[in-house]
Amino acid sequence: MKLSGWGRYPVLDARTHRPRSVEALRQLVLAEPNLIARGNGRAYGDSAINTAATIETRHLNRMIGFDSDSGQLVAEAGVLLGDIITAFLPSGWFPLVTPGTKFVTLGGAIAADVHGKNHHKDGSFRSCVDWVDIMGPDGEIRRCSPQDETILFDHTLGGMGLTGVILRAAIRLRPVQTAWISQTTIAAPNLKAAIAAFEATLDATYSVAWIDCLATGSNLGRSLLMLGNHAVPANLSPDQAQAPFQVKPKRKRTIPVDFPAFLLNRLTVRALNSLYYWRGARAPSEQLVDWDSYFYPLDAVLGWNRIYGRKGFVQFQCVLPLDRSEAGLTALLAEVAKAGSGSFLAVLKRFGSQNSAFSFPMEGYTLALDFPVTARTLALLERLDQITINHSGRFYLAKDGRMSAETLHASDPRAVDFCTHRDNQGFTSRFRSAQSERLSL
Amino acid sequence: MTKPPVLILGARSDIAKAVAHKFASLGHPLQLAARNATTLAADKTDLELRYGVSVSLHEFDALATETHEAFVASLPELPQIAVCAVGLMGQQAENERDMQAALRVMRSNFEGPASILAVLANHFERRGTGTLIGISSVAGERGRATNYVYGSAKAGFTAFLSGLRNRLAKRGVHVVTVLPGFVATAMTEGMNLQPNLTAEPSEVAQAVARAAEQKKNVIYVRPIWRVIMLIIRNIPEGIFKGSRI
Repeated sequence: MKLSGWGRYPVLDARTHRPRSVEALRQLVLAEPNLIARGNGRAYGDSAINTAATIETRHLNRMIGFDSDSGQLVAEAGVLLGDIITAFLPSGWFPLVTPGTKFVTLGGAIAADVHGKNHHKDGSFRSCVDWVDIMGPDGEIRRCSPQDETILFDHTLGGMGLTGVILRAAIRLRPVQTAWISQTTIAAPNLKAAIAAFEATLDATYSVAWIDCLATGSNLGRSLLMLGNHAVPANLSPDQAQAPFQVKPKRKRTIPVDFPAFLLNRLTVRALNSLYYWRGARAPSEQLVDWDSYFYPLDAVLGWNRIYGRKGFVQFQCVLPLDRSEAGLTALLAEVAKAGSGSFLAVLKRFGSQNSAFSFPMEGYTLALDFPVTARTLALLERLDQITINHSGRFYLAKDGRMSAETLHASDPRAVDFCTHRDNQGFTSRFRSAQSERLSL
Repeated sequence: MTKPPVLILGARSDIAKAVAHKFASLGHPLQLAARNATTLAADKTDLELRYGVSVSLHEFDALATETHEAFVASLPELPQIAVCAVGLMGQQAENERDMQAALRVMRSNFEGPASILAVLANHFERRGTGTLIGISSVAGERGRATNYVYGSAKAGFTAFLSGLRNRLAKRGVHVVTVLPGFVATAMTEGMNLQPNLTAEPSEVAQAVARAAEQKKNVIYVRPIWRVIMLIIRNIPEGIFKGSRI
């Protein structure tokens, strides 16, 4: 069947399997020449596609146990983060780390070692993982953790499913007192001000900036920085405090058809960006926001990936080391603004420090952009790749669907060790994705 | 307020599991019945963790009709809602050659489900309340060369549900017939089904819960199937027999 990631580019013809038991999965792992596991298809590109055998884990999605003292949840890899929130927020637990969508699986979150708006405080998803059960090329299941089988653990977090099929994991949830976030918005007129604002607010649990990447000159890097902290009952209105975990369900909107590509052009994106900035800059700077609107604004629009039209879209996300961030971001934003290919969603975020075998984050600033797929934007992305490499940055594989192997290896010296480890363990021939082949991993 | 229990027969199937999740999410305790019920222990834990409802497992063999009365008597509590998701598609080609295989399909889709619902119906009738939900199939609306063994058994089950509904309408017991059309389940995996005609098990579950609440009689999950089946039922036999539908 035709398979793609969330960006709907590239689209590949792939054979899929949906095992309903560990035993059925083992048969596939032993029988297929090579394969990749796929969760809920939220990686943007071709990370979770193997044209010969893509193994969907959607039926391996049971919760196995929960310790209400420590907040440790044991669950199968196909469980969605959203299911975890539905089940445990009412009793005061929330994922320690969550990406911008709740429709990711536990296995996917581990494979991509996803990050959230609290990376500077709490690190990547790895921080909440106590152990992972993973099926190797021999069909055997190994449990790896920060204490045991540490090398397998290090390479599995951020390993993009290339170290085996993730079956189960134990993760620790965060105790919260309400389902609300106290949000503070700071308008930053340019990039320097945005970075200064991030650096001044490192004690906030969550921080992220929306960035107007069509602003130029002295406005370059104009952003709205949104800080968040888990609200306590005292922050709520008396009504809300009565049921601090209850949030009125919102109406889901659905994008029913592919938007025609011309709807997103330089003028409409520029107008929307300006409007958004000025609205944000004038809004009250302190707000109480429910968890769903705060963490997952786009989840409220089901199928939002269709606004980019039939050809799909590509994401670009890089991270630059702290000392090169301002120079690198200035160069990246200037290039985007010059090309006039306004990115509809542009996000800037400060990462804290992280040491891991192959995970994306490092201390510094990460910039995420997305563009409709056209020859022009693909050429622009090549230039952005080069700027990133020139500033010692690297790229987020969960967002990638088009980078070259040369680019990856030039940006990330860790790739060599990752490949060596894969070779030594017999992973390279067995666990492969369209992305791993493209990137020579 | 605790909600009344829901019994799910043939609880291992994808539709049954989705129905279990739906009713549990609405706060109903569950009774899951299937062969080798203990192998559903992981599903029981999952449902209890997700929804905070109690789930019990019960050994049940749809084809062992002589045990059905004792099975119902053994339940910890007579359920308020019973959903029968028992079924077996089989292979039409095999069913044409091997009458034992064909009979197994017929018994699994008609005799077994009808037997257990008949027993439950009598209990519900005595109590004067309850809802019986049978998962039948559009394949029972008209026999076709490609699956008439399965279809004929489903036709029997559909007629049985219709009669049961008629009988119990004035006795406080409601009967729902579910004709799901194509559903993306283990049973249909590998078949080349039209995506826009194919429902997810969760859609079936949603429709089942709504039908139970609103006391609907016969439901198709995706509305288009009502139209499709109206057309298929009305094709004159002279044309139908030469066609390949």
